[in-house]
Amino acid sequence: MITLSHYLVLGAILFSISIAGIFLNRKNIIIILMSIELMLLAVNINFVAFSHYLGDLSGQIFVFFILTVAAAESAIGLAILVVLFRNLKTINVDDLGGLRG
Amino acid sequence: MSFENFTFYLFSAILVGAALSVIFSRNPVHAALSLVLAFFTSAAIWIILEAEFLAISLILVYVGAVMVLFLFVVMMLDINLNRMKEGYWNYLLPALVVSGIFLAEIIVLVGGRVVFEKPSEVAATITSEGNTLQLGRLLYTEYLYAFELAAVILLVAIVAAIALTLRRRKDTKLVNTSQQLSANRANRLKIISMPVENKRSEDKS
Repeated sequence: MITLSHYLVLGAILFSISIAGIFLNRKNIIIILMSIELMLLAVNINFVAFSHYLGDLSGQIFVFFILTVAAAESAIGLAILVVLFRNLKTINVDDLGGLRG
Repeated sequence: MSFENFTFYLFSAILVGAALSVIFSRNPVHAALSLVLAFFTSAAIWIILEAEFLAISLILVYVGAVMVLFLFVVMMLDINLNRMKEGYWNYLLPALVVSGIFLAEIIVLVGGRVVFEKPSEVAATITSEGNTLQLGRLLYTEYLYAFELAAVILLVAIVAAIALTLRRRKDTKLVNTSQQLSANRANRLKIISMPVENKRSEDKS
């Protein structure tokens, strides 16, 4: 019998993999964006599992909205990436210190 | 081992392997393709959880739109991969520490010792009308305002993406038609009066 804990642990494993991915690929913005998508996927798995095991459909509605916002976020992020590459000819995070922040 | 257990463990293994392949692959195209596999597999896991509508929309929205956009951008940009991979393993220890602590905490909290599922209630929610109808009924009544807000967010995202990437090229030969048509004679031709030059006639005389 698969319990709720199985799904929550699966989501936690995915989330920690994507945290490690952000640490390792800290120079490559594209892989960082992909790791963020993986994080959102882990959260969505948690939502769907809770929705199934608690018998409440609101969790799935939330997943629907998270999908919407994630699609918008990745579209804008990739547009910023394209503009950045057009201006600087690089997407290496080390070269993006223009604001000296 | 029942069929449900088998499919859950199989798909979980594929999902974790695909996620590891996303963060460890040297080539961004391979990473994007691994992410496509991860989305497909998690859609299968959602079908096990009886969320069919979300599984299908995950495949349609993510695999069909977002990942194709990712692949498009990855292939369009000319990236120097060798510089990207310099010092790749330098932060392996902090990454392992942070993600390991996080994972350990979550597993201690939810790892099966606390039983907060009630399988009897699960059966009560499964009705004959199906997941999509229930979701739609909830979405268009109780969450209608949030649904409209999501539509506005998508519209703003479209406008922002186009406004960011739109550019006017310097060397374009595009003509503004109304400006061209509104030109009159004074814009094109200017008549000036000059003193008459009769130097040649003076030389002859």
